[in-house]
This record gives sequence, structure tokens and C-alpha cells, in this order.
Amino acid sequence: MAARSALSGWLHRAADSDVWWSFKSSPMTVAAAVATFLIVAVAFLSPVLAPHTPFDPATLSLTDGLKPPAMLSADGDWAFPLGTDDQGRDILSSIMYGTRLSLVVGLASVVVAMTLGITLGLLSGYLGGAVDALIMRVADVQLTFPAILVALLIDGIVRGIISVKRHDEIAIYVIVGAIGLSFWVQYARTVRGSVMVEKNKEYVQAARVIGLSPLLIMVRHVLPNVTGPVLVIATINLGLAIITEATLSFLGVGLPSTEPSLGTLIRLGNEVLQSGDWWITVFPGVTLAALVLAVNLLGDWLRDALNPKLR
Amino acid sequence: MPDGSGTQFVRIAGLKRYFDVSAPWLVRMIERRPRQIVQAVDGIDIEIAKGETFSLVGESGCGKSTVARLVVGLYPPTAGTIEFDGNDMAGRHSRADMAALRRRMQMIFQDPYASLNPRWRVFDIIAEPIRAFGLSKDKADLQKRVEDLLRQVRLTPADGRKFPHEFSGGQRQRVSIARALASQPEFLVCDEPTSALDVSVQAQILNLMVDLQRRFGLTYLFISHNLAVVYHISTRVGVMYLGRLVEVAPTETLFTRPKHPYTRMLLDTIPDLDMTGRQRSPVAGEVPSPINPPSGCTFHPRCPFANDRCKAERPKALSIEGGTVACHAIEEGRLPVEERTYVANS
Amino acid sequence: MATPPNNPPLLEVKNLRVEFPTRRGTLLAVDDVSFDIAPGEVLGVVGESGAGKSLTGNAIIGLLEPPGRIAGGEIRLEGRRIDNLPYEEMRKVRGARIGAIFQDPLTSLNPLYSVGHQLVETIQTHLPLSAAEARTRALDLLKEVGIPGAETRIDHYPHQFSGGMRQRVVIALALCAGPRLIVADEPTTALDVSIQAQIIALLKRLCREHGTAVMLVTHDMGVIAETADRVAVMYAGRIAEIGPVRDVVKHAKHPYTKGLMGSIPSLGVRTERLTQIDGAMPRLTEIPQGCAFNPRCTARGSRCLVERPDLMAAGTTRAACWLHDRGGIGAPVVKETADA
Repeated sequence: MAARSALSGWLHRAADSDVWWSFKSSPMTVAAAVATFLIVAVAFLSPVLAPHTPFDPATLSLTDGLKPPAMLSADGDWAFPLGTDDQGRDILSSIMYGTRLSLVVGLASVVVAMTLGITLGLLSGYLGGAVDALIMRVADVQLTFPAILVALLIDGIVRGIISVKRHDEIAIYVIVGAIGLSFWVQYARTVRGSVMVEKNKEYVQAARVIGLSPLLIMVRHVLPNVTGPVLVIATINLGLAIITEATLSFLGVGLPSTEPSLGTLIRLGNEVLQSGDWWITVFPGVTLAALVLAVNLLGDWLRDALNPKLR
Repeated sequence: MPDGSGTQFVRIAGLKRYFDVSAPWLVRMIERRPRQIVQAVDGIDIEIAKGETFSLVGESGCGKSTVARLVVGLYPPTAGTIEFDGNDMAGRHSRADMAALRRRMQMIFQDPYASLNPRWRVFDIIAEPIRAFGLSKDKADLQKRVEDLLRQVRLTPADGRKFPHEFSGGQRQRVSIARALASQPEFLVCDEPTSALDVSVQAQILNLMVDLQRRFGLTYLFISHNLAVVYHISTRVGVMYLGRLVEVAPTETLFTRPKHPYTRMLLDTIPDLDMTGRQRSPVAGEVPSPINPPSGCTFHPRCPFANDRCKAERPKALSIEGGTVACHAIEEGRLPVEERTYVANS
Repeated sequence: MATPPNNPPLLEVKNLRVEFPTRRGTLLAVDDVSFDIAPGEVLGVVGESGAGKSLTGNAIIGLLEPPGRIAGGEIRLEGRRIDNLPYEEMRKVRGARIGAIFQDPLTSLNPLYSVGHQLVETIQTHLPLSAAEARTRALDLLKEVGIPGAETRIDHYPHQFSGGMRQRVVIALALCAGPRLIVADEPTTALDVSIQAQIIALLKRLCREHGTAVMLVTHDMGVIAETADRVAVMYAGRIAEIGPVRDVVKHAKHPYTKGLMGSIPSLGVRTERLTQIDGAMPRLTEIPQGCAFNPRCTARGSRCLVERPDLMAAGTTRAACWLHDRGGIGAPVVKETADA
């Protein structure tokens, strides 16, 4: 034991750069990181890179409608390498803009879920007692509903309150809020667990002996020490949030078809899939799968790299 | 017991702390289980004079660490009072007065790996009390204070830029001591400060603590299970068993003329490093659970001198040879005082 | 002391090296360690955290945690090499010929089974006994290790025992197949002082009665002084000094052992300050050239800075220190003050 603690001592000392080392030594992770980076870069540079601006109805021409992918079919037009939809929108450009939207919604809802989850988890773990019981029971109840159902519910309520036209304008905020609200539980539980471990450690007691307020102790001492697991959840949740948004959009309760995300594109393509125009739905689908896979691989790696037991 | 001189720096009277470790209410109702209360500290009186080192010894679960945490205010007491330099710590104090009192007492913890925030640089760890109590005039002053503290614990100012994980256990404990000294306290509560360290490092830390005590006139409440360490560092020693003080005496008296049967038993367990061939006489039995402690004198089930009175009546502290003993056998003169000698390990 | 020269040793460890491959290079955690244990002898192995004492013990019982591995040398039990055995065969040796006791009794006991079940299972794995016979033996073992009311306690689960009683059960478990050697890694560290004395007395009695040899790994010099016949003091992965326990404790020859003994507070003399060894044991990545102890040594010479000493005769013990070599330490080198 004595030898082991010394051993873990220097293992801990090496920990910071161990993350980088474990990254480098995993080709799968490097590939996932490169893929993620490329997708993200292309998505956010879409106003520059995309050959067309698919959200601008003025640039669309119905005569370009339903062209097959130029790279696969002689009927195609090289102005539209991945073909067009029934409106004559370029699929490649739509995917680029759609990915950007999916990413924005995914990231924003992760931020919402994280903020809410961390705050409630900290309060729950540090204060304990009735506050803890209340927050955790709410979490328990919410966990009995699938996240998608919670998101549907929230979206439904908002739709009931405001008009359809208004709704399209604020659709993105509604969906971010809905997804964020449905994912906070995992953060709260993880943070609460970590806080309950950390708050009994002697460095927190030392801060209490000095007489710091609980709020200061939570923010300055406890919070920085629970970020590791939160980061892992956030990465894995990013994939989940993107999928959830796609699912909602596919069901028609997500982003409107005037500003299609990947999920909306898949839905639009799905409507004409029976007539043999497969490319409208398959290319966005492949992009979505690639993006989520890459992000999840990164999340899995991060979880292992930050796990002290596997270090 | 109190000598009534009124010069006591820290005065603990009738201190009790019970912990409720019962199952949740619903489980108790369904399974018809009673409430379970741990009597971690069950009425102790201690007086510590300025500049002395008062040690509390005992086996794990005897409540000595709980006393330490009660004294620095990490737990509120269930009953009893803690007076620090004439101020009742539980009394009504303004925020500023309370901060002033807190500044004067600090704590050193057992585990050098858990007692420093792993995300903070050593400089910020040591600077925290200075900032919290607003003791520095400006940034340069803060810098100077932290560097002085680092030097006082035999580290270098450059160490301030490092993170705790870059240090060995002994060095971390030095950081911990520097943090405790940062608010210029007069009273330090040390909870097993060397028990997680290797012996050669333990010697360094004990020497440092002695040096600092002399330099700053510190008063120590020293918690330890290691009798040899306690013998080395203490002015007076209190022996705890199941939440109660069974004996208090000046160090030399306690080790050479132990009175309470439990003290004698503890002394018997000190390993014989002098190779005198003295056999450790293993004591029968183990410490009972503090949830349902034995009646009367809690030591009676393990005590070879126990009689019916010991089973029924809790012994009162009896003043004897500059200390106190809580034992019926001593009070009744059934148990003669025994002399012990030790051979120096040359 | 307990090693008559004509007796073949029970355990021979020769030039043992244990490595930990890391990305910054391979760390040598146990470096060229050699010692013997005679039948019935208690060898104490003492050292600070990270000195390699537990790894040496784990290497002998074949339970090095990966990525640690034996990188050189050999281990022989009763003349048979055991360091290169396949896992299954080593498992049999571990139960039948070598018993193991660890610091935390809970890690050695399965919480899901009664202690009787675990004892019977271990006994039947290694001895050709029927269930009833094995249970009788289990009961005898529990009585032998001093568990009161063994007849009822045999059907209790580990959590129903106190720490001291649990460690007794672990000792009974280690004794199941009548092993020739017990490797005990910090067997008393997790226990209260009064219980420590009980467990040490028990170990000593059992060794005497069964003629079992013990390798006692601990950081507690007090435990060693009371229990061991010989002691090996480890420092930075090597043996600094080895010899009869009385000589090492009272008349240490290696400056590290001297410092270590001096830093233990002792009863009888209350000095203002304890003797202290400045600095700390180097990390495995930062072991200095020459003698690993030289940066902390008050008696070092120029030779100590460049040449690594092996164990050599030093009076009644063997010490790895040039002070005891005919060639000496070379020109004295003043120690830099560690506290500067």
C-alpha cells in the first residue's frame, strides 16, 4: 500500500500530460478528432465554402429540382455535386448549412443542460437535506420520461402558447431549451456525487476553518474539482443532443423547413424517398451519422483518459 | 480539572457531540429499527495553557478527531462550551469579531494528499487565508508574506508556482502548515499531522512544528494515536476512550506513572525498539461500538480491575499528581500506581 | 540468527528487478534485490513509501499489478523457480506453498460468502479433503487464530467481523493449505495499536508452531523489531542494509538506516529535536547517479557520487555503502544544505 500510494503519486503527477499522450497513442481517437474538426470547420465556414445559399429562396430555381448527384450519375449537373431536392436546392450546400445549425443547437443545448445541471448538482450536493431531496426527486421523476418525450412536451407547450408564425422565428430557442431541459439530470447527479465526495475532503474543511461562505467554497474549491466528469458527459451529450434535435426535426416539431437542419433535411428527403430520389435523405443521414460517431468516439476516449483507475 | 488560575488559553467544558447515524425515517418505520446515535464525544473537559502542547491520544473511534473539529468550529457541539482566550465560541459575535477569533486559530490536517486543493497553485493556497482575513496591504505585500511563509516551512519562494501534485507528502504537509500559519494564528489544532508520513519525514515535520512553536509562541492541540510521537512533542497528554477522557497528566507523569488501566494498556502496546526483550502484552478485546457504549465506565468490559461499581457508575475525574483520572479502582485505592522506566534508544 | 549456513534456504531471491514501463521510459522500481529466507525464519522488509518493498513481496507471490513486470533475476521456492511459472501453476503455488496477507483484510475476503465457505473452498482447492473434513479444518484454523465462538462465527460474513477479527480470518485463510512461506504486506497498518500487538503475537506463535517462514513487509520499524529475525532495509528500489534485526536496529551500519532509526521518537529521552534526514527519497524517475542516498547523506564522498555500492560485509550486517569498502568513499563531499 505504501509503495502503491507513492506509485499513484507520480502517476498523478504525470496526469496532465497523460491525457495528451493517450490521445496520441489512439489512432481511432485521432481520426475521430480530425473528422470532427473537418465537419465543424466546413459547417461554420459554409457561408464561404458552400457553392449555393440554400436558405435564400431568390437563388432557387425549380428547373434545377431533383437533379441526381453529379458524381454518380450522368444526369447530374456539376453545379450540384450531391444533387438537388424538389425545390432545386443544392444538397451539398444544404448539408453544410444544416450541419452548422445542428451543431449550434447541439452545443447550445449542452450549455443549457450543463449550466442547469451543475448549478442544481452543486446546491444539492453541498447543501444536502431538503434541498437535495427536492432536486433529486424532481430528477428521478424526469428520468422516468425519455428525453425525447420531455423535449416534445416542452415544444408542445410552447406551441400551444404562441402562434405558428412566431413559433418558426423562435423555434431554435425553443428546441435548445427543450433539449437542454431534458438532459440536465445526468449533470446534476454526477456533480452532486462528486461534490459529496469533495466536500468531505480536508481542503474544503480547511476553507471552512478560514470561515469562507458556502457559496465561495462551492465556486472556488469544489467546482474546479468536479469539471472532469462533467466534460466527459458534455462531450457524449453533444452527440445525443444533435441526434435529439434531428429526431425532433424529423418528426416535424423541430426546426422549420425554411431553415433546415440535418434532421429536417432527412425528413424532407424521406417524403420523396419512395420515388427513388434517395440522395436527398441519404447524404444528410450519412453526415449526421459521421458527426455523431466522431463526437461519441471522442467522448469515449475522454472518459477513459480522465478515469483515474485506467491511468 | 480546572485549576482555577484563570490563565487558561483554551477552555473546553462538558463538550459533547452526538451524531445521528439512523437509517432514513421511512426505513426505520418499516423495519422497526430504533434511532442510532453515536456518542462521538461524551462530555470532556480540557484546559490548555498558552504556549503548551496538549495532546489527545486514543485508538480510532475514540472521538479525538471529533474534538479537534469541534474546537475549530467545523461541527457545532451538542452540548458544552469552548472558550478561546476568554471568548465563548458559541456566543453572539458580530461577523467581524467572529472572523477575528477564527483568524487566531487554525488547523493542520492528517492527509497531505487531500488537504490541498489539487487545482490551486501553492501560492494561492497559502494566500487564501491572508486574502480571506484581509491581512495584506497590497499585491506586493501579499507576495512577500507568502514567500516568507514558504521560507519558514523550509520551502522556496519558487515552490509557490507549483501545484500540490508536484510535491512529496512531507512537502505538502509543509504547505499545509504554511497555510495554517498564514493568518498569524496563536492556536493550532493538529489532527494527526504526521501519521500519513514516513518516519524520516515525520521527524522533519515534528522538528519544524517545535521550531515554529518556539518562534511564534504557538499553542498546540495535538491529536495522535502514536504514543512515541506524543511523548516527544507534548507538555500534557489526555487519553481518550470511547468519547471520554480517562486520564490527563503532564507527559512525563503519564508515561512513567500511568494511572488508568487503559493508559497502562496503551503504553504496553508501544513497540519495543530498544530491543530490551520486553514483550508487548497483547490486550484482550477490542474497542466497543460507540453507538451502544458499555454502561458505567465504558472501559469495564476490557478492564482486569473492573467490579460491579465500574459496570454501573460512570467514574468522575479525580485530581491526582497534577492531572486527572476517571477510574473507580484508583479512587478506591484498589489499583496501586506503577512506576515505569524506559531505556533510551542510543 | 535463524539461518544456519548448512540449511538450504526456503526462498531465494536473486538479482530481482521489477520494471514499470511508462511512456517516459522504463522505471526500475526494484533494482537487483537478492536475499534468502530460511525455513521458519521471519524476514522483515522495511522502507519508506515507494522504496519497492511491497513490489518485492508482490513479485514473490506472482501478483504484480500490470504494467509492472519482473525484468530480471530469479525467485526460487524450495529450489524450484517460481518467477516464470504460468498463471495457473503460480496460483496453485500461491495457495499451497505461499500464503499472502494484505494490509486491508477486506480486499482478501469476498463479502458475498461466509468466512467458513471461503475457508472450505480454499482448503478443498489445495488439499484432498471431503467437505466435512474441510469444515473441521476450517473450524480448527479459526480457533487457532483466536476467533472466540468459532463454531458460530464460521457462518458469519466478513462485514460481521471487526477489523482485528477480519485480519485473523485472513491469516486463517493464508494458513489453509499449510504453506511454507507467508508474505505479509503491512498486516497491522490498518489496525489499532492494541489490536496490532495481538496480531503480531499471533503471527509469531503460528510461525513457531508450524515452522512457517514469514516475509513481513512494513514501514513500521516497531513491528519489525518485535517480530523479525532478520531485517532488510530498502531504499529507492534497492536493499540498503540487511542483517540480524538486533544489529540493524541497535548498530546500523548504513547512514540511511542510522538516520531512519534516529528519526523514530523513542521513550526515555525527550530531546528538543529528533534526528532528521533532510530531503526525501528520490522519485523513480530522478534516482541520482552513484549511491541513491548520496544527496541526503552526511557522510558521502566523491566515490558515492559516481559509483553505486552493492551489499558488502559491514560488521554483523551487510550494507550497501562505500564506508565499509576497503576503497572507502573517496574525498569527502560536503552536503549541500537541503533547506537553503
